Amino acid sequence: MLKTFAKGGIHPPENKLSAHVTILDLPVPKTVSIPLSQHLGVPAVPVVDKGDAVKAGQLIAKSEGFVSSNIHSPVSGKVVKIDKVPDTSGYKKNAIVIEVEGDEWIETVDRNGDLINTFDYSREEILKKILEAGIVGMGGATFPSHVKLTIPRGKKANYLIINGVECEPYLTADHALMMQKGEEILVGTMILKKVLDVDKALIGIERNKPDAIEHLTRLSEKYPGIEVYPLQEKYPQGGEKQLIKALINREVPSGGLPIDVGTVVHNVGTAFAVYEAVQKNKPLIERVLTVTGKSISKPSNFRVKIGTPISDVIEAAGGLPEDTGKIISGGPMMGKAINDLSVPVTKGSSGILILPEPEAKRKKIDPCIRCSRCINVCPMGLEPYLLMSLSQKNLFERLENEKVMDCIECGSCSYTCPSNRPLLDYIRLGKVNVGKIIRSRK
Amino acid sequence: MSKLITISPSPHVFGSQSVGRLMYGVILALVPALLVSVFFYGMGAIIVTLLSIGFCVLFEFLIQKFILKTEVRISDGSAMVTGLLLAFNVPSNLPWWIIMIGALIAIGVGKMTFGGLGNNPFNPALVGRVFLLISFPVQMTSYPVPGGLNTGYVDAVTGATPLGIIKEGLKSGLSISDLMKEVPGYLDLFIGKMGGSLGEIAAAALILGFLFMLFRKIITWHIPVTMVGTIALFTGILWLINPDKNADPLFHVLTGGVLLGAIFMATDYVTSPMTPKGMIIYSIGIGAITVIIRVFGSYPEGVSFAILIMNGFVPLINRYIKPKRFGEEVKHG
Repeated sequence: MLKTFAKGGIHPPENKLSAHVTILDLPVPKTVSIPLSQHLGVPAVPVVDKGDAVKAGQLIAKSEGFVSSNIHSPVSGKVVKIDKVPDTSGYKKNAIVIEVEGDEWIETVDRNGDLINTFDYSREEILKKILEAGIVGMGGATFPSHVKLTIPRGKKANYLIINGVECEPYLTADHALMMQKGEEILVGTMILKKVLDVDKALIGIERNKPDAIEHLTRLSEKYPGIEVYPLQEKYPQGGEKQLIKALINREVPSGGLPIDVGTVVHNVGTAFAVYEAVQKNKPLIERVLTVTGKSISKPSNFRVKIGTPISDVIEAAGGLPEDTGKIISGGPMMGKAINDLSVPVTKGSSGILILPEPEAKRKKIDPCIRCSRCINVCPMGLEPYLLMSLSQKNLFERLENEKVMDCIECGSCSYTCPSNRPLLDYIRLGKVNVGKIIRSRK
Repeated sequence: MSKLITISPSPHVFGSQSVGRLMYGVILALVPALLVSVFFYGMGAIIVTLLSIGFCVLFEFLIQKFILKTEVRISDGSAMVTGLLLAFNVPSNLPWWIIMIGALIAIGVGKMTFGGLGNNPFNPALVGRVFLLISFPVQMTSYPVPGGLNTGYVDAVTGATPLGIIKEGLKSGLSISDLMKEVPGYLDLFIGKMGGSLGEIAAAALILGFLFMLFRKIITWHIPVTMVGTIALFTGILWLINPDKNADPLFHVLTGGVLLGAIFMATDYVTSPMTPKGMIIYSIGIGAITVIIRVFGSYPEGVSFAILIMNGFVPLINRYIKPKRFGEEVKHG
């Protein structure tokens, strides 16, 4: 029996249409819009002005405080405006818009693709490089990586966990990256291990990617302390708490962080970004993402410059299909539906999924028949049917007691409900309201 | 973009399960038991079943359309399930007008009064059944004896159930060993050749339905296994203490409504607890109450009462028994 997390979870049809498609470089677009808030935390502050010429790799917005992140220009060109543009949230947010001219890079970046697998930087030097490169969690949560790597006083990490699970249906960016940049990921992992001062790094990969498991297992023989673990396919195993439970059978306490059980979790994409930042001095200015959907003519994995409009990416995969009903940034379980194709690719964009019209609309809501399927699939041990009902009735105190804030918003409950009830919609609403109450107490 | 696209919060894909699929799955699981009943009780079983389903669906339609003036949703299959289960819980020679009253009580009082599907605290079919049992005790306990396909509907020859024979016999001072000669053997009890309610007799067919529902993940094992186990345990203890006054556990499990109740009635989603732990407490309660009524009460059978009583505790069970929250106890392994 393969490892997996203990409670709940679902296994939706995988639909990994682009699983074995080689990563292609998307051509540099004419214009890029770089949002100042591509990470969790405080938006970055621009250090360039309208009219300034910038080079690829140049810092254009500076981290504001500890939980924030630097932002670099992915292209060379001219800043044409710093203004509000729509992002994947649907709101207009401040962004630096750059018109591309030429292909000039800052000199420090090593653009040679050769693998460098040795390093003798100190922990402080590595941490500084990661901070400067503007690296955030590439799995989608976009939490600034240097924050996770700064262990609070009194805590100690025993394990580094590298997340190669990619449990979201359709998405294959991490899979493709593991196949093509496997060794770079392992070097990145060694670097992260050094920062955290741990002996062991565990890489978790679901067994629906046997080639990646095999590839990384073989490569890892050269890298002491790295072990690759195949995992049973189960969503949301890519969730930090579920992955920790699956690999080392520890439960992050309610309201706690992975470090409370002695672990730090990073995505394989983040490990690759760390490799590039430390070994190649390359800031985070591009990422791999999947463009997919049943009606897309060429489901693909692309390496894309941050700030590229999503329309360019969809064009490269054969264009928007006739029967498009929904455009999703991210995977089908946790991604965001967008209505504007000018929205830029950001550090957290793991994929673009086009759903055909018949799949785009929700089905009619039936009454709750109390079948308890939502409870059985909830990976956090919550009672979604109850949370929805309490949220509808504005019973916030009970919502808090029933641990609504523990919800990781994986959507397994809504997916499973035979009555098509909008469980997660109401739970999110409840979380917003309870969150306000909790903050007002402080 | 010229065309309209949909915006909604995640998730964007959904499973294929639906209320209709679940209900029709339950109906399918009941078919083997119905066939056995037709085999032993003839036309009566078909007539009673069709009447009961027809009346239940009709009353649900009339109440939704003309009284509640809400969406008519008889096609979700839940009224059909109630009708089928009500039929399974009455004798196969029950007059049509009593079935009609039973259906009205089941759907009207048992289900729609509380707001319809999902809102009723008590199992609707059992509400109808128990109402009939109390109001029409003679008709509700005149069980046709199995006579094969040529058994008539209203003119069937009637007799007592195995549980009735035991209860009456013990009252008149006979011992279990004498009485066991008068009831059908275990093989007959297993295939369903005995007097009883229309759908409760066919142990083997009901178990087949159970396996089907397990396989299709319509129900989990918790309620049926715990309830049957509890009944076997308690009747087993009594049997070991005094085998002359108490029937053996296998006899108790195979007779009356234990299997029908455990597999199809106590597992009703709406009226049973939400967590596995809650389900186990609930079914131990049903098993214990059933044995108490059978052994110490005046009715020979107590499954219906036991399920209704425990239905009443479900809101409390749900309030008290919570699933284990992730991260509740910190483990260092």
